[in-house]
Amino acid sequence: MTSNPALAVNTRPWTDPNAQPFISIRNITKRFGDFTAVNDVSLDIYRSELFCLLGGSGCGKSTLLRMLSGFETPTSGKILIDGQDMAGVPADRRPTNMMFQSYALFPHMSVEKNVAYGLLREGKSKAEAAERAAEMLKLVKLDSFARRKPHQLSGGQRQRVALARALAKQPKVLLLDEPLGALDKKLREETQFELINIQETLGVTFIVVTHDQDEAMTLATRIGVMTDGVIAQIGEPREIYETPKSRFVADFIGSVNLFEGRVGPAAPDLMRVETEDLGSVSVPSAPGLTQGQTVWLAMRPERVWLTREPKPGAVNSVPGVVMDMGYVGHMSSYMVRLANGRQVRVTQANESRRDNPISWDESVHVSFEPGDFRVLTQ
Amino acid sequence: MSAAPDSPARRKLALSPAMIIAPLVVIALMLVRRWLFLPEDLVLLIGAALLFAFGGFVLGKLVGLPDRWIVIAVPMLWLFVFFLVPFFVLGRISLAETMIARPPYSPLWERGDDGGIEIIASLENYRFLLSDALYVNAYLSSLKIAGISTIFALLIGYPIAYYIARSPEPRRSILLLLVILPFWTSFLLRVYAWIGFLRREGVINNVLTWAGIIDEPLVMMQTDFAVYIGIVYTYLPFMILPLYANLVKLDGALLEAASDLGASPVTTFLTVTLPLSVPGIIAGSMLVFIPAIGEYVIPALLGGPDTLMIGRILWDEFFSARDWPVASAVAIVMLVLVVLPIMWLQSVQNRQEVQE
Repeated sequence: MTSNPALAVNTRPWTDPNAQPFISIRNITKRFGDFTAVNDVSLDIYRSELFCLLGGSGCGKSTLLRMLSGFETPTSGKILIDGQDMAGVPADRRPTNMMFQSYALFPHMSVEKNVAYGLLREGKSKAEAAERAAEMLKLVKLDSFARRKPHQLSGGQRQRVALARALAKQPKVLLLDEPLGALDKKLREETQFELINIQETLGVTFIVVTHDQDEAMTLATRIGVMTDGVIAQIGEPREIYETPKSRFVADFIGSVNLFEGRVGPAAPDLMRVETEDLGSVSVPSAPGLTQGQTVWLAMRPERVWLTREPKPGAVNSVPGVVMDMGYVGHMSSYMVRLANGRQVRVTQANESRRDNPISWDESVHVSFEPGDFRVLTQ
Repeated sequence: MSAAPDSPARRKLALSPAMIIAPLVVIALMLVRRWLFLPEDLVLLIGAALLFAFGGFVLGKLVGLPDRWIVIAVPMLWLFVFFLVPFFVLGRISLAETMIARPPYSPLWERGDDGGIEIIASLENYRFLLSDALYVNAYLSSLKIAGISTIFALLIGYPIAYYIARSPEPRRSILLLLVILPFWTSFLLRVYAWIGFLRREGVINNVLTWAGIIDEPLVMMQTDFAVYIGIVYTYLPFMILPLYANLVKLDGALLEAASDLGASPVTTFLTVTLPLSVPGIIAGSMLVFIPAIGEYVIPALLGGPDTLMIGRILWDEFFSARDWPVASAVAIVMLVLVVLPIMWLQSVQNRQEVQE
């Protein structure tokens, strides 16, 4: 705080232990019959955050979102929004608005009537509602489409109408269920930044549910990775990517090579881990590990050196043969088979127009920096 | 050179057994019908249907139509012979004068004594319909009874259709089956059954008297009330089924979206569910309203002498008064009254489809 007095607002409130969460999810459980969709989840989300719930289908992320919006009632646990307990508050009285995956635009109403719908429900006059709707449509750059019906719009335009409609009531929290899921790749990438801009302009707290890790990484201030009804890890995108806490998170976000091994004798800085695939490797020593314990080493493919000759001064290096290679333009990805048959995924950036790139069936050396290994115990 | 499996020549051959089998089936059925206890009418009906399929097919082949046109040609021929031709016959009779003869109407023109052609055809019968208050009142009364019955069928049918559409799957099928179940009994029997409920010593009066709610039995039979009961009861499934088909398609996310935007359940119904179910409401209402206008059996069995409906007038003109020309005019006017709402329905549906 004292180091940077010019910064009045802490943009990373989750790093401050005294910060008040805006949304507090406490020990929420939801069961459907025998099936537990959400299992004892606790989560704090701060004001103006763009929080992403990331997970595969059936992981409970949508159920969690629906409990926030009031469409599902938690089996147990508590949800507080801006200090107010949401128990018993029906969906139509909550300070949240939802952007539906299917957009759920009313097909019999024009774009402006769709946007004004929520405003009329809170008792605004027609003129007021129309004015605010026009304002929202301007924000999403659809002001010239106000009279159209939803079926006369493209998918991207519908998505923006849904956003305008959900934002029109100035909700405390905007819940977005796969907001970009129905758009094609190119449009999705453009819309991601548009969404961030709108969120930053309005300062509304966004909670986004998505199964797309790229989307989550681009959008989020923080990501909650969910699996089997529990949150596996919460953190900033970089944190999740660089320091995953478990094999699941490491594998789910980006691609990763995992090597099983046993902790060797301790050393002051580096420790050795005995693996079947790489032999004995040096990794940074981590506290709380006992000798002989089973650990997993996670290694991102782009952190691996791939060279024809052994890399001079490399601490960890193993020989291998290129089995497969894919040229993607900005990078090439390789499958390298090690001596024991294990295949390792490696990507190399194509920074220059190299004349003689490494290709199929070449003998190569795969080298790893100790600091690029992440030691996982679960 | 062998023909490809689906060449036209090959297909003609493949269809030819059907042409031979169709008449043989009719002949065989006629021969064995005594032992199978098949009524003669049924065999004739099957025969007529096969004859039409066969005749339409042969006709199509002779003219050289493509097969898929022939498929349409068969029902078209059916409609032509059993709908369009009788319609023109009726139209022609409605322009004639009644005569004590066989058939009991005049020709449309005659050769005069001087050899010229004397035209008898006139719109006199239609003018007569307009001039006699009986017919005008009967039309208005039919429209009123059909209209009120439709509104009640809608008020009763909508909640039922909504409930079925919102039910989980195994229960939904059972409920739908229950809606269709009455069709397994003859329509006439079901209307007769109502007499047992509504008459002076019927079920309703007995129960109410036994419970001490009434001292005198209620007069329900031979009133308009009984006619309403009969029509609403009979046509309710025709209201429920199209409404159900519409409501079951309603996207639940729209209801959640309305609720999310602050609409109470009632507001959600009025602003989302109801407007989106208008096509179902129109379809169901037409299916009740149109047959109810011309209804004959229900007012004849349940209604009283005061119940004025055009179906009864039609019957009386044809069979009691034996005035075929006036009866034909009554039928034509009724048809026009019914066709106009159908055309309106059609245009609404087309607009709906364009939107989707």
